[in-house]
Amino acid sequence: MSPNAIALSIIFTIVVLGSAIGFYAGTRHKMSLEQWTVGGRGFGPLFMWLLMAGEIYTTFAFLGASGWAYSRGGPALYILAYLGLANVVAFFIQPPIWELGREHGMQTQPDFFLAQYRNKYLAAFVSVVGVAFIIPYLQLQLTGLGIIVEVASFGGIGRTRAMMIAVSLLAGFVFVSGIRAVAWVSVLKDFLMLIAAISIGIYVPHVYFGGIGPMFATLAREKPDHLVMPGATKNLGHAWYMSTVLLTALGAYMWPHSFGSSFTARSADTLRRNTVVMPLYNLSLAFILFTGFAAVLVVPGLMNGDLSMLTIVRKTFPAWMLGVVGGAGALTAMVPAAVLILTASTLFSKNLWRPIFARTMTDDQVAKLARIMVVALSLISLYLAIYSSTTLVSLLLLGYAGVTQFFPGVVLGLFWKRVTMVGVLTGMIVGVACTAFLILSNRDPIGGLNAGFLSLCFNFAVTVLVSILAPVKAAKLAENFSASGSDAP
Amino acid sequence: MRRPSLGAIFLALIPFFAMCFSVSAWDRIYPMIFGLPFNIFWLLSWIVLTSICIGAMYRLETSRTSKDSVRRHRENELE
Repeated sequence: MSPNAIALSIIFTIVVLGSAIGFYAGTRHKMSLEQWTVGGRGFGPLFMWLLMAGEIYTTFAFLGASGWAYSRGGPALYILAYLGLANVVAFFIQPPIWELGREHGMQTQPDFFLAQYRNKYLAAFVSVVGVAFIIPYLQLQLTGLGIIVEVASFGGIGRTRAMMIAVSLLAGFVFVSGIRAVAWVSVLKDFLMLIAAISIGIYVPHVYFGGIGPMFATLAREKPDHLVMPGATKNLGHAWYMSTVLLTALGAYMWPHSFGSSFTARSADTLRRNTVVMPLYNLSLAFILFTGFAAVLVVPGLMNGDLSMLTIVRKTFPAWMLGVVGGAGALTAMVPAAVLILTASTLFSKNLWRPIFARTMTDDQVAKLARIMVVALSLISLYLAIYSSTTLVSLLLLGYAGVTQFFPGVVLGLFWKRVTMVGVLTGMIVGVACTAFLILSNRDPIGGLNAGFLSLCFNFAVTVLVSILAPVKAAKLAENFSASGSDAP
Repeated sequence: MRRPSLGAIFLALIPFFAMCFSVSAWDRIYPMIFGLPFNIFWLLSWIVLTSICIGAMYRLETSRTSKDSVRRHRENELE
């Protein structure tokens, strides 16, 4: 067999096996809306970990982390810091979110806003913002998948064809099995990713330098500036690092799909335990950074840093390993893409369409509409991924900065009794508008700070000020507090 | 929602200080430890230490919760 055929058949086998697991995952369960979106709230610690790890370790971690280490250097270290800190935050907010979720039967992030602030338009606004930021993230996964499969198959499958096959498979298993598919496919994906990341991160420095230590020694001698901030950039210094780490740590669990995943847990304790082990998963990202740093010396001068890892793997490993990396990379795009599509479809059907346009719909009808939306969204994101890929990175940064604007509404809603619906809505509008303006007009970073972080500060300030100044309507948080049985007035 | 204990909040601030706010103190190449530049070594160690901090927060909060529920149970009986 030619190297091309070997790599191609391994990628194909992995993707088909993963999808088969996804289809099978839901067959033993009757797919009601609650089963489809939050797995009947029955996920134990292991499943919870698989789901969360499956969502967080996306193609951006795979291609982007090595790409950042390659083209930017030092600033890429923020990737090692934020996930641990995100779990410190999650330790405090996920358990109470879960408690409220069980009480009110929540399945989505807008459900949470609806229960906390009693306003369906606020919930609808949260859905619109959520879907708007999910779509570019989804598009990024598909584009990443196209690149990975094309390079790993030695061009045997073109980008567009790879994306079309993958999208039909993942839309299929989400349609059939819902969130259970995502958790089950993650089993294979996480296993392959760990093997691929660690073996590449150790083997590549070993082949070219005789080990990770000598590799860094060479880099420290030849390009010492690359290893510390601001690295190869001019404006990503320590202030940028701190603001970006804070933004991403606070925002990581504000993505509508990660937020919704907390509702799948069997208990609040499952979520607490999960936050203890999740940071350790981040250690594997170090190996991907090592690959990016090695590539600086081995394959210098690449136009697109995101290709550095695949380029070096193709140069170093036999074809079958390229197939494994390609297959793992494809699943690393498909799993997050699946949960993004699932979440966006549910947000649209349950929190936007039903409350605003069709109040009489039953849960079963919502579930049907959501499944139709799975197909529609798959086609939309496929179209976007094929026909527009120019401003991808800026769209992702915009998405992360955008969803973090939910943070004040969530945290103040949980821990500050005086916060009002009007305060949260104005704060969020200010935050999102500010983020969009600063990032889309290329003003990020601004004054050395991450623009999303600056917007978050405005958002917080406006939420608090408006909540204090504007008159409070009676029916608000008080009932929720007394219902949860703690320090009620 | 019940506020977390001061002890847990203190434990939570440690990783934020170590991995985020103190960046200018550790963002350098030397001394290299186990062949890693100092900043990378520092962050990798703190990934593990963060997990340990959250583990300590877990023990602190869960022991508090179980005491709480016992107390609430007794209060209910008195009423």
